[in-house]
Parts: sequence; C-alpha cells; structure tokens
Amino acid sequence: MSLLAARGASRIYRNGPAGRGGATALDQVSLDIAPGECVALLGRSGCGKSTLARLLAGLERPDAGEVRFAGRSLSTFGRADWRAFRCAVQLVFQDPVSAVNPRETVGQIIAEPLRHLRGLTGVAATGQIQALLRAVDLPADAMGRLPQQLSGGQLQRVCIARALAAQPQLLILDEAVSNLDLHLQIQMLDLFARLKHDRDVSYLFITHDLRLAERFCDRVLVMCDGRLVEETRVGGAFALTSPEGRALQDAILPAMPFRRARAG
Amino acid sequence: MTSSQSPRRLVIRNLGVETTRHGVAVTLVDDVSLDVRAGETLALVGASGCGKSLTCAASLDAAPPGVRRTTGSIAIDGVEQAPADIRGRLVATILQNPRSAFNPVRTMRQHAMEGPAARGAPAASREQRVRAAMADAGLEDVDRILDLHPFEMSGGMLQRMMIALALASGAPFLFADEPTTDLDLIVQRDILNLLLRLTRRQGLGVLLVTHDMGVVAALADRVAVMDAGRIIETAPVMDIFNRPTHPVTRNLLDAHLSLYPGRSAA
Repeated sequence: MSLLAARGASRIYRNGPAGRGGATALDQVSLDIAPGECVALLGRSGCGKSTLARLLAGLERPDAGEVRFAGRSLSTFGRADWRAFRCAVQLVFQDPVSAVNPRETVGQIIAEPLRHLRGLTGVAATGQIQALLRAVDLPADAMGRLPQQLSGGQLQRVCIARALAAQPQLLILDEAVSNLDLHLQIQMLDLFARLKHDRDVSYLFITHDLRLAERFCDRVLVMCDGRLVEETRVGGAFALTSPEGRALQDAILPAMPFRRARAG
Repeated sequence: MTSSQSPRRLVIRNLGVETTRHGVAVTLVDDVSLDVRAGETLALVGASGCGKSLTCAASLDAAPPGVRRTTGSIAIDGVEQAPADIRGRLVATILQNPRSAFNPVRTMRQHAMEGPAARGAPAASREQRVRAAMADAGLEDVDRILDLHPFEMSGGMLQRMMIALALASGAPFLFADEPTTDLDLIVQRDILNLLLRLTRRQGLGVLLVTHDMGVVAALADRVAVMDAGRIIETAPVMDIFNRPTHPVTRNLLDAHLSLYPGRSAA
C-alpha cells in the first residue's frame, strides 16, 4: 500500500496574479509514494511543484480530488489523526529564513517538534537536539544562536534537523538543498540515503536539478503547467522522453568546459 | 563598448577585508588580487563563506556595515580609481536574488530611469538606452514589462531586467554574484548563454561569483579559487578542470563530477 497518495488532486487559486483571475495551479494530479521510496518531482519554476507539496503535506486542501495517507483521505482526519500525520510527514521549504521564527534560538526551533510531536523536554530533548545538529554537520554551539547569526546554508540545515526531529516516515523536500554548496548537498543526500536505508524513510524530492534527482531517486515525475506529464524509473541509460523532460535534461550544465571561440 | 577607447582591464590588487568579533579583528579577505579582462569571464569559486561575495562588494567599497576594507586598490587600464567613482559607472553589479534587489512598489520603468538620471544622462536618451538594453537582455514586449512591478514578474524575467539595467549603465565591467543560483535549470541556461553572448559580442568583462562548477564549465575563461579568504589557485578553465593543483580545487571538482556518472576528476 502506498504511504501517501494524491488522487485527481486539483488546486485553483482564485486570486491569481494581476490580470489572471483563477489560475489552475494543479490539474488532476495522481501519484503514489511507497514506504522507503524516493520520488523526484521535476519541473521549471511556476509549474505547480510547491502547490503539490503543500497539498501532500496537508497545508492546503485540494479543490477537487483528494490526498490519502496510509489509505485514508486527509479530509476525514480528526485531531489525533493530524497529530500522527504531522509526525509522519514533514516538509522542508526552499527559503529557510521565512521558515523559522527570527526570535527563537536554533535550540528552541528544533525543540518545538520534539515537544509537540514526540513529548520530549529537558535533558532528553537537549540530547536529541545535539544529535540532530551533528547529523546535519552543525556544531553543538549552534544551539544558542539566532537565525540571523547563521548563513543561509547553515539555517537550511537547521530546518532539515527540525524536520528530522519528528522522525518522519516521509520527508517532502521542496528545493530544500538547492541553496547549499555542492558538497553540502551531497552530504545531505547521503544523510537522507542513510535514513532511507536504516528507517525506511520515503522522500518526495522536489527539484529542478536532474543531476541530483538521478543520484538520489528511484523514480522521476515531470510536471508541466500543473500536470504530471512523465514518469520514468531511474537507472541504466536514464533518459526523459516527454518534451518538458527533454527540455529539462538538455539544460543540464556541462560537466567539463569545452573550447570556445575567443573574443575579438 | 567595443570601441578601442573602452577599458580593457580591471585589476583588484592586495584586497584585505576585516571585521571585529568580540573586540578582536578577524580577517575575512586576505591579500586578494584579481584581473578581469574585457571580453572574458573570470570565475571566482569557493565554498560558501569563503569571501567571494565580500571580495566583489569590498573592492567597490560596498561591503556591508561592520566590515571594513583595510588594504587594496582597484585600477582600470593601469590607472587607480576611487571605488565609489567607478561603482555603477565602470562596474555594474548583479546579485543572486533578483526579487530582493528591486523595490516592490516601483515599476520597471521607475527602476530603469533612476540610474541614468543619477548619472545625469539627458532625459531624451534615457528610455531609448534602456529599451535597447532590455532587447539585448532577451526581454521581449518591452512596453508591457516597463509597466510591471517585481511581484508580477518571474525570477528569470527579473534577473534579465537586472542584467538590462547593468547594460544600460554602459559599464564595461560586470560583477555577477551567483546570478543563476535561484533560477530553474532552463532559465539558468538562457541567462548563462546571454552572459556568454554579452562578453563575446559586446566585449563585457565579467567577474562571476559562483559555487557551481557546472556554471564555471559553461561560462568561464579563467578561474580563481578561493578558500578561507585567500586566492589559492588561478588558471585558465581548461587547466582548472584537467590539472587542478590545489587540494581545495580538487575537492570542488570531485564533488561536481560525482554528479555526472562515468566521469572522475583528473
């Protein structure tokens, strides 16, 4: 059985950008994520990737269709169901600065899910916070710092630590590593792969970088104008076939420089 | 910009930048020298926090508060210049996040007219120059775009607009600080092609700050590698990729090539 699924999910924003009333952000999207599976969601800016992430995380409701967790529609959830769901499904956003309270220290930020979702406080919580900081390669003394005292990449790792604090079964990463240096991106992907191996954690890895998707994921979904247009398994001579998938694959930056005609 | 009188070479020499932490001076940029030539892209690469962006900003005396330039000079064609005098005139700058670089309550037209007005350009020629620059930056439908506010535009359009404003300034040198980091892959490729065209056809000299060796491979002619505030290696792009000499360069390259199955560092 799939862990998290969308069935014909649509989302229409009635107050679209100026001059465009009623923009369809998502158009009848269906997908399944199995336990321990890693699915990449690929597409250019504005194609609806983040809207789908918000629907799957239960932050917004679909205007049509439904999102199902462990076989049950989120629309039937009661208080206890939501609590269990929040533990099981965590989301990391692209912009870490807007995802944390600027007045809380790193320790307080990570303590929140520990307290509310796992009931951990005091010494038990502190031990967990230190372990989480180690896992994302931040020093233990980061605990006392405020968001503004960290770089963007450091703060993003705090957000990843906060998501991991809930011990989720599924992590939705919405361009969550895009702003990190490459070696940190790879380090985070290795951490995610370890959790996948040890605890059967699933991932929805939203990105526009096919190189990372290919390295980390089992399956690639391509999205265009609010619809899923392609699904391809990763492995062997991996090649996307839809026009949108081809366009994304063609835009991958070169591995090596090539000799160019000189100026003048 | 292609006339024989236009500047050919920008040299940053012995740049030093420091800040104060807990009453102690901390060096952030240490004796950095760079050489940007017309018609070429020099990539400045290194891990985040190594001092790349600060080098760009401090060389133009535009470092953030609390950070001071302690040493260094900037010269154009061998003549030393006051940084504040060449900023926006001989050196234009574009930044990583175009959305935060624009005033949210002003239209593109208002943004476009501000620079030329500040430089004292005659009113009649201002808009004409901006329109030409927008076309060069690949923005079609100029009339419509000039009336738009930042929130009505995509990140890619805003970055093109930022490049257009840089071109409209007529500055022969461009400092581009992570110009494509927040853009999607397709828009990134288009912007990199645009920058390549501007260096080749219009003779723009570009100092490109990036952490992505794919961007370096696509655009750079020469590469300076920075680590902990110092330049540790400078070489033509082919040499950096094929014969890196410093371990830091090799690590950057290994991480980059690990994303391309079937390849490994030289």
